[in-house]
Amino acid sequence: MIRLIDVHKEYDNGTKALKGIDLRIDDGEFVFLVGPSGSGKSTVIKLITGEIAATEGKLMVNGYNLNNISGRQIPYMRRTLGIIFQDFRLIEKKTVYENLAFVMRAIGASPKELKRRIPYVLELVGLDEKAKQYPGQLSGGEQQRVAIARALVNNPSMIIADEPTGNLDPQRSLEIMMLLERINELGTTMLVVTHERALVNRFAKRVVAIEDGRIISDETGGYYNGETI
Amino acid sequence: MARRFNTGYYISEGFHSIFTHGFMSFAAVCMTVACLLIMGSFSLVALNLEHMLGDLEAENELIAYVEEDYTEEQARALQSSLEAIPNVSNVTFMTRREALDAFLEGHEDNPLYNELPDETLRDRYHIHVDDIELMAKTWSAVESLEGVALVRGAMKVAQGFIMVRNIATGVAIALIAMLVLISLFIIANTIKLATFYRREEIAIMKMCGATNAFVRWPFVVEGMLLGLCGALVAFFLQWGLYEAVARVVVQGNGLSLVTMVSFTTMIRYILPAFCGAGLIIGVGGSLLAIRKFLQV
Ligand SMILES: Nc1ncnc2c1ncn2[C@@H]1O[C@H](COP(=O)(O)OP(=O)(O)OP(=O)(O)O)[C@@H](O)[C@H]1O
Ligand SMILES: [Mg+2]
Repeated sequence: MIRLIDVHKEYDNGTKALKGIDLRIDDGEFVFLVGPSGSGKSTVIKLITGEIAATEGKLMVNGYNLNNISGRQIPYMRRTLGIIFQDFRLIEKKTVYENLAFVMRAIGASPKELKRRIPYVLELVGLDEKAKQYPGQLSGGEQQRVAIARALVNNPSMIIADEPTGNLDPQRSLEIMMLLERINELGTTMLVVTHERALVNRFAKRVVAIEDGRIISDETGGYYNGETI
Repeated sequence: MARRFNTGYYISEGFHSIFTHGFMSFAAVCMTVACLLIMGSFSLVALNLEHMLGDLEAENELIAYVEEDYTEEQARALQSSLEAIPNVSNVTFMTRREALDAFLEGHEDNPLYNELPDETLRDRYHIHVDDIELMAKTWSAVESLEGVALVRGAMKVAQGFIMVRNIATGVAIALIAMLVLISLFIIANTIKLATFYRREEIAIMKMCGATNAFVRWPFVVEGMLLGLCGALVAFFLQWGLYEAVARVVVQGNGLSLVTMVSFTTMIRYILPAFCGAGLIIGVGGSLLAIRKFLQV
């Protein structure tokens, strides 16, 4: 569960990226976060993941109060989140399997847990055949599936995706969104940032629109009228 | 999920990392070797000088010659005054007759020496001192004693040794401090390079909830391995160097005025000292390198 109350963010250079955000996302929800470039979408994501701190306001993420979280606790808070980026961020010199094994080991999983979990998530994203390939040998859509598998592999309660389809063609984008929808149906909360109006409108989901650091609309089954790039 | 201290993982990551930027690692090891080798050489020179100084202390003595016109009785009376001088450990009296006998020993066949009268030499005291560094003081105290005509001794040699040792110690400390700093700097840079090389992996690990300790350990291990590697190489080089120097010293020194401590008897001190110093430099360097980048 995510709770943002009157959150402000001013960057060191004086840019006021967020000007009072109130947002509540309950467990199991699927939420699109939309808005024009520079409206503050990525800033919201970075606040949630603890990458940056809010200037003002209250933040709760999966039971952790980010206003007074200690540095030691941040890793444990992050284990409740799976994060996906536009540029995939896979490790080029590791195979698909190793990319997943790497993040499982990073939180202290045993070899036995790796052997059980990795084939399962690879099958879920439809890449069980590609386990031994390197990211460079995969298409963009396939690479993003690996990134989704990686976000899932530590069994987070929520997945946060910042423009997961930004680098993909419309058909691949649709497939990725359908995969995220499927994962959400299996119980993982989903927060997806996107520019793509057509894509958002194909799914009757909750749409939170943000503009100039403020939420301008928040409708379930909503329709996105904003600009696209 | 089970939390375990994944030693095997840290070590294999550390090892792997060393080879991915081999040249920097090589440079770091070389610097550590140079540092330890110089540190070791100076320590060994100091140790041997100390050892020789000990020999010298055992052998070294002042000879105080008694005034020629003193009778044996008068001369013997000086003993207690000499013993009362600070830093004097023991005093042996030798009559002119005994001195002459000792002098003639080995020259029995030489007719030149045969007819020497007893009065050729003077009564004398052989004086041993406790601390060779205070010898100059003791010397003048003995000299100023009524009835002592002349004092002889190997003070120049002793002072030479002390000076060499003190200079060696001073230079060694300065050099070692400098080299430790350089080694730390180079190891820190090697590790920084390693973290740079793996910045993506680090970012991903941190994003998915790896603890700082987990991210840090492979780099600490890498620093440790570099330091230890340097220590072992330095140890064997030091051994070879020491033996070579010892051979030269023994050959060029028929009088065996200079004796050297054998390396093998010192291994149990030298090896741990080298490894310890290597580890400190290695871990210190890696901590220096990763101190700030972890605050993500
Ligand atoms: N590190 C930073 N330092 C200073 N200003 C920043 C920083 N990151 C973002 N900003 C500014 O904050 C505002 C919001 O940026 P943000 O990245 O959240 O936008 P966004 O909605 O994700 O845009 P896009 O759709 O282009 O990714 C922008 O004006 C941006 O220039
Ligand atoms: Mg953005």
